[in-house]
Amino acid sequence: MAIQIMIPTPLRQFTENRESVSVEGISVGEALKSLCTKYAPLKKHLYSDDGKLRNFVNVYVNDEDIRYMQKESTPLSEKDVLSIIPSIAGGTA
Amino acid sequence: MANVELSTEEIRRYGRHLIMPEVGMEGQKKLKAASVLLIGAGGLGSPVGLYLAAAGIGRIGIVDFDVVDYSNLQRQIMHSTKDVGRPKLDSARERLEGINPFVKIETHELRLSSENALALFAEYDIVVDGTDNFPTRYLVNDACVLTGKPNVYGSIFRFEGQASVFATNDGPCYRCLYPEPPPPGLVPSCAEGGVLGILPGIVGTIQANETVKLIIGKGEPLIGRLLLFDALKMKFREMKLRKNPECPVCGSHRTITKLIDYEAFCGVQPGWDSYAREEQFEITVDQLKKRLDKKDDIFILDVREPQEYEICNLKGHLIPLRELPKRINELDTAKEIVVHCKVGGRSRTAVEFMKQAGFRKIKNLVGGIDEWAERIDPTMPRY
Repeated sequence: MAIQIMIPTPLRQFTENRESVSVEGISVGEALKSLCTKYAPLKKHLYSDDGKLRNFVNVYVNDEDIRYMQKESTPLSEKDVLSIIPSIAGGTA
Repeated sequence: MANVELSTEEIRRYGRHLIMPEVGMEGQKKLKAASVLLIGAGGLGSPVGLYLAAAGIGRIGIVDFDVVDYSNLQRQIMHSTKDVGRPKLDSARERLEGINPFVKIETHELRLSSENALALFAEYDIVVDGTDNFPTRYLVNDACVLTGKPNVYGSIFRFEGQASVFATNDGPCYRCLYPEPPPPGLVPSCAEGGVLGILPGIVGTIQANETVKLIIGKGEPLIGRLLLFDALKMKFREMKLRKNPECPVCGSHRTITKLIDYEAFCGVQPGWDSYAREEQFEITVDQLKKRLDKKDDIFILDVREPQEYEICNLKGHLIPLRELPKRINELDTAKEIVVHCKVGGRSRTAVEFMKQAGFRKIKNLVGGIDEWAERIDPTMPRY
C-alpha cells in the first residue's frame, strides 16, 4: 500500500529535494523504514543508534501526533498522509 | 480595564477597531491596558512590533542586543538602511514610536538568560518568541511556563514557517511538542540555510494576530494547534498538539521547576566540530592583516592555552576553549570577533559554540596563528 510522506524543508537535502515521497507500509514504523531504505542518509536524522525514533522528530498521521496514537505501530490506511515535523529555530538571524 | 481611558485622538486613531463588535471600546481598552514582551527585534520581531504598536498595545518591551547589519534589511522591516550599525533597539524604538506615540516602548539591551528571564517576564502579560536559536527557545518556553505567561511562538526556515500559542493555563508548551532539541548543527540556522525575506513577515503577523486575540479574548487562539506554512506551495496545514502529561516543565510530575543551563541542554559545548564551515564565518590571515592595517575595529579572541599564548600571540583576548562556556559573558555580541587557535581546529569549535550562543559577527581564522607566522610575520616563533 502506497503512503505519502511529507518531507520538511531541512530534510529535503536527503530526498533529492522531494517535498513528498511515496513509500510502501502498513504501519508508521514500516513506512518510515521504507523511506530510510530509499534514502539511506536520512536514517541517522530520524533514528538514534539504538534504532529508536529520535525524540526531536515528530511524526504525524494526518493531523495526529503518533505519540498519542500507537506510536510506530500506528496502522496506516490508503489515504493517510504521514508528516515529519522537525524543530526549526529561525527567527531573527 | 476600568482605569484605562482613550483620548479623542486615540478614538480617532483606533476608529476601525472601535466599530467592530469583536474589538469595540472594551477590546481597545484591553489592548491599551496590555503589555507584551518581544524576544528579538529581527525578522519575526519586526512585523510583530509594527502591528502591535499600530494596534495600540499599551506597553511593548523589546529584548535584543544586536546591531542592524546590512544583510538584515532583506527581512527585518523595523530597521532602515540608515540604521545599519545602530543598535536594533534604537531603530525599533524610533520606528514604533513613529507609528504610534501612545504606545510605551521599553527596550532591554541584554542577552536573555536563566538569570534575568523570570524577573523580566513577570513585568509583562504576554511573551512573543522571535528568537533564532534552540537554547533561547527552550529558555523562553520554560520561563513562560514558570511565570504563567502565554508564549506566542513563531519559527521560520527557508520557505517554511511554524506558529502556535504555548504555555497557556490548559494548553501545551513548546516542550510538549519538542521534548528535546536536535543536536547542534543538525538543523541549520537562517544564517546558514537562508530564509525568504517575506516569510518572517507572514509568520510574524500571525504571531501579532494571536497576541491581539489573546488580549481581547476573542476568536479561537492557536492553542493546542501547530500551524505549518509553506510559502512555496502557499499552503497552510494544521497539526493537533496535546499537553504532554509527562512534560518535564508543564506536566504533572515536573522535573524542571527553575530555569536550567540551556546551552548545555541543547548540547552546545566545545568538543564537536563537524558542522558548517561556511565562508561567512571564516577569515584568512591575509584578509585579517588587511583589516587590521585599515584599523578596523576587530576583537581578537585567542582560544589556546596560556602557555601557548606566551610563545606567540596576536595580542588577542585569551579564553582557552575549555573555559569558553562559562566565560562567554566576557564577549560582546555586537563586536566583530575573529577567533583563532594554533592551526584552526579549536577555534572552529569555538565559532560553532558562539554561533549557537547567538553570536553572529564571528569569524574563524583559517590556519590559525601558525599560518599567520608563516605568511604574515616570519619573525613570530612557531611551535
